[in-house]
Amino acid sequence: MLKTFVKLVYLILASSWMLSVAYAQSPRSGYEFLTESTREMQDDEFANPGMVEVEKGRKLFNTPGDNDKTCATCHGENGEKLNPKKIAQYPVYNEEFGVPFTLQKQINLCWEDQLDNVPFIDDCVEVVALETFVRHKAKGETVNVDISGPLKPYYEAGKELYNTRFGQLDMACKHCHDYNAGKKLRGQVLSQGHSNGFPEYRLGTGRITSLQRRLRECFVSFRATPFDFGAEEWINLEVYLHARGNGLKIETPAVRY
Amino acid sequence: MAINSLIFLRNLSLKPLAMHSSHSLKILSMLTFLATVFAVSLVTTSVHAEQYYSWQMENFAINAPLGGLKGNAQRGRQVAIDAHKGSCLTCHEMPIPEEPFHGNIGPSLIGVATRLTEGQLRLRVVDEKQINPETIMPGYYRHPRHFTLVSDDYEGKTFLTAQEVEDVVTYLLTLK
Repeated sequence: MLKTFVKLVYLILASSWMLSVAYAQSPRSGYEFLTESTREMQDDEFANPGMVEVEKGRKLFNTPGDNDKTCATCHGENGEKLNPKKIAQYPVYNEEFGVPFTLQKQINLCWEDQLDNVPFIDDCVEVVALETFVRHKAKGETVNVDISGPLKPYYEAGKELYNTRFGQLDMACKHCHDYNAGKKLRGQVLSQGHSNGFPEYRLGTGRITSLQRRLRECFVSFRATPFDFGAEEWINLEVYLHARGNGLKIETPAVRY
Repeated sequence: MAINSLIFLRNLSLKPLAMHSSHSLKILSMLTFLATVFAVSLVTTSVHAEQYYSWQMENFAINAPLGGLKGNAQRGRQVAIDAHKGSCLTCHEMPIPEEPFHGNIGPSLIGVATRLTEGQLRLRVVDEKQINPETIMPGYYRHPRHFTLVSDDYEGKTFLTAQEVEDVVTYLLTLK
């Protein structure tokens, strides 16, 4: 009798421990680490400052290119013909080019090929506005990056960068976002560093921030030299970060500190 | 480039002999100016490139002060607060009530001197990775050769100077 009771207690303890480990390891959106007022700001589309960027993107989406076509010609005036499920799969592997394509890169390719425009410079204001508009179309969709196929080596390369110490501070992404999520860095609460809200509005800098821009900012605060704009290191990191957040809901444009 | 400047210098030194005095005066003042610029640049580089004092770890402690320098607790407290220097408050709770929002990534430093010796404190400020290779804590006097992709402004430099490290250690020793 006593033995079965002891076994039962062990079982309960072990299962609760496993549950807590699973909870700690399951991805949690940065939203969960926000203060109540910031959450309210994000949820209210009229108060969310990132919506300005969505509107800028919508305008560009309907701006005729050199051949008088617009993005809306194929995708509808409000992008209603875009498939949110496909947006949530980015970055994807582009067979034709043989490299991973971020959503921004795909938009830029369309801008050049379909609209006959001069392509945007990587991560410039306009292309980020377009990216914000397009990704906002997939708000609420589950991030679903497939790394079982050709993206695998890029994912692994991104993971290695994520775990590499950089700069005079000699820190890697993991030191804040894997080991210390939920703890306080001065007045800020560290999140798990997921990408589901990007491009997002940052209250600290007062501007829309693409994932690549955020990574550059982190590098500067590490006192490290960021890679070049659009460098393959950033792309690999984007592949890793998006896949790392598989299962989270897209929140673009999120509001973060 | 070097040859060009040599020729330029030779011309400067030869020509004044055959020249009008006002001309040579001009050239003389130019040379003085150049010499001043050179001297000033020498002084500034020597200020920035502080020599690296090597240190020795014994039983997870650095017992000797870096470069034999003497610390100042008052200055150390300022380094601990300064966001561009030690910025200890980013991660640690400290008995500095005038500063809001102390971090809690590292352990509280309140009463730290009752738990650790001077040598142990010095090692933790100089290079915590000697104790815990996976730590988030920057090595404030870790040798710069260990760093990757450091931006130009900080290339080849330690995070804090040896004097600043000694100031912080002296300050930490007052936290009893």
